[in-house]
Amino acid sequence: MANRYESQRRRTAFWNVITHILMLAGSVLMVAPFVWMFSTSLKTEGNIFTPTPEWLPRQTFYFYQPAGGAKVKIEQPLVDNDHGRSQIRLPGAADLQWAPASSVVRETRLAPAWENYTEVIRSVPFFQGVRNTLFITLTALIGGLFTTSLSAYAFAKLRFPGRDTLFFALLGTMMIPGVVTMLPTFILFRQAGWINTFYPLIIPALFGGAWGIFLMRQHFKTIPDELEDAARIDGCNPFMTYSRVVMPLSRPTLATLAIFGFMGGWNDFMGPLIYLNDPDKFTLQLLLASFSSYYSTKTNLLMAGSVMSLIPVLILFFAAQRYFVQGITLTGMKG
Amino acid sequence: MAAGSVTAGRKAAASPRPGSLARKEAMWGYLFAAAPLLGFLIFGLIPIVMSLLLAFAKWDMFRDPRWAGFTNFARVSHDPIVLQSFVNTLVFFIGVPIGMALSLLLALALNRKIRGINWYRAIYYLPSVSSIVAVSLLWQWIFNPEKGLLNMYLLKVGIAGPEWLQNPLWVKPALILMGIWGGLGPNMILFLAGLQGVPQSLYEAASIDGATARQQFWHVTWPMLTPTTFFISIMGAIGAMQYFGQIYIMTQGGPEHASTSYMFYLWQQAFTYYRMGYASALAWVLGVIIILITVCQFQLAKRWVYYESN
Repeated sequence: MANRYESQRRRTAFWNVITHILMLAGSVLMVAPFVWMFSTSLKTEGNIFTPTPEWLPRQTFYFYQPAGGAKVKIEQPLVDNDHGRSQIRLPGAADLQWAPASSVVRETRLAPAWENYTEVIRSVPFFQGVRNTLFITLTALIGGLFTTSLSAYAFAKLRFPGRDTLFFALLGTMMIPGVVTMLPTFILFRQAGWINTFYPLIIPALFGGAWGIFLMRQHFKTIPDELEDAARIDGCNPFMTYSRVVMPLSRPTLATLAIFGFMGGWNDFMGPLIYLNDPDKFTLQLLLASFSSYYSTKTNLLMAGSVMSLIPVLILFFAAQRYFVQGITLTGMKG
Repeated sequence: MAAGSVTAGRKAAASPRPGSLARKEAMWGYLFAAAPLLGFLIFGLIPIVMSLLLAFAKWDMFRDPRWAGFTNFARVSHDPIVLQSFVNTLVFFIGVPIGMALSLLLALALNRKIRGINWYRAIYYLPSVSSIVAVSLLWQWIFNPEKGLLNMYLLKVGIAGPEWLQNPLWVKPALILMGIWGGLGPNMILFLAGLQGVPQSLYEAASIDGATARQQFWHVTWPMLTPTTFFISIMGAIGAMQYFGQIYIMTQGGPEHASTSYMFYLWQQAFTYYRMGYASALAWVLGVIIILITVCQFQLAKRWVYYESN
């Protein structure tokens, strides 16, 4: 009996090791593109194109070091192999001069070109893009969360005629493919003169979203009625009950919605592409996409811009992983 | 509803002025729910009606719209690029079952309760939090014919890689590969949640009956996972139809329309050529197809999806 248990345990351990090996191999494949992005972002323009994959941002430097003299950094010299000499230019010198090949030292070492990042910031209105994105995303998010949770509270807890019919009608809007409403909405905003403003990207969100209302309502239904009855007896009107009793109990659900909302807003591409024309109004994603058509050859700068655009979402993701998992799982439960 | 009216009755009896409290509560209710209902009207109903009208009109947004009858829809049915984009979408869709199989394997692996599960989950989910723009630029660089990472490694094993995104034959496999890489994480998390919902008692019963690991998978795990599989396949099908950002950034639908997705073509008609009427007709065709796919999948699901309650 003990023997059988032992062999079972050993078999489990064996398969766990195999699982780890496979999962690690998969992880490498998942992460490698990102590492390549980061590595490219730290290469100089001359070093992007290598004959074989170069994962480290290395650069080659040249030094002039006469016998017994100090090492001086120089530009890439012209090598004359026939005479064993190189044509170099000493710093500050106007003319080229010949130096024996032995006095020219070549060094290849790790040298990340961090200046790529400052160059991106200088050549596109990067921080303006960040400000625009943050403004659009946060306004839409905060306003949207307020209306979403308020209406979800009404649909979950308040009694009014037609409540459930209205709720299911609202849920039904999730079935309308966004593609059908996209063009007329564009035309409406154009009639209002709101093209090239942030309004089309913010205002629809302020009316709340069906998915969020559904999730919040599910959550509110788990809050016992007694709590609200107590609040009512203490003289709270429904808004006070919502804001002082119910909302403080709903932080995890709100956090899940907020995180997905922020991600969606930060990464949105099609909305800004349709509505914004002026580079000063561009969101970060739009800036990055338009930057790519101007600087298609400067892959290192493109990758530096991409890395910078990813940093906030990656930080948020690692800080709030729990809510992500919860959010995805909740979405899945609809099916 | 019944429970609601019972409590309402209890309240009315306790209240000195019956009806007034309920009326007040209803007022608050309508007030709270007003915003999304108004939003539904402005950004739902009105656009749908407008879109339907537009689909039967010719309009370039500068001159007045003209009534066009069914010509837009007739044109959709004859447009060779529409047909091509459907074929492209079907090909893109090949990635969905492959991706699902891989994410199911990953979920099964994570369900072994090995250590580091949070790390693995985070790593596989990474592409999904990254923006489509950044990811598309990255893969455009990886697929670079001469100096891209992929072709450099292929060359190392003696294969001269194709011009991925510039070659009509290879552009779709390239995009599918990228799509699978990007979609593994969320599907894995969904499958993992599904797996964790399978009651342990079922496995215990199966192993008492002498079921092997493989039999346990096909007779316990798989039936219990069908709702998840169903959900992922619907979302995958709808997503494949509306593929846009990647195409816009990486290929602009080329070469020779080989990567034109339906959504990209629609966008071009609307915002490059300002054919609002034609684009609306295209939108309605896509909208109806999406609804049909959903309905069909729900019908099919009755045959193979196992819900615990049945």
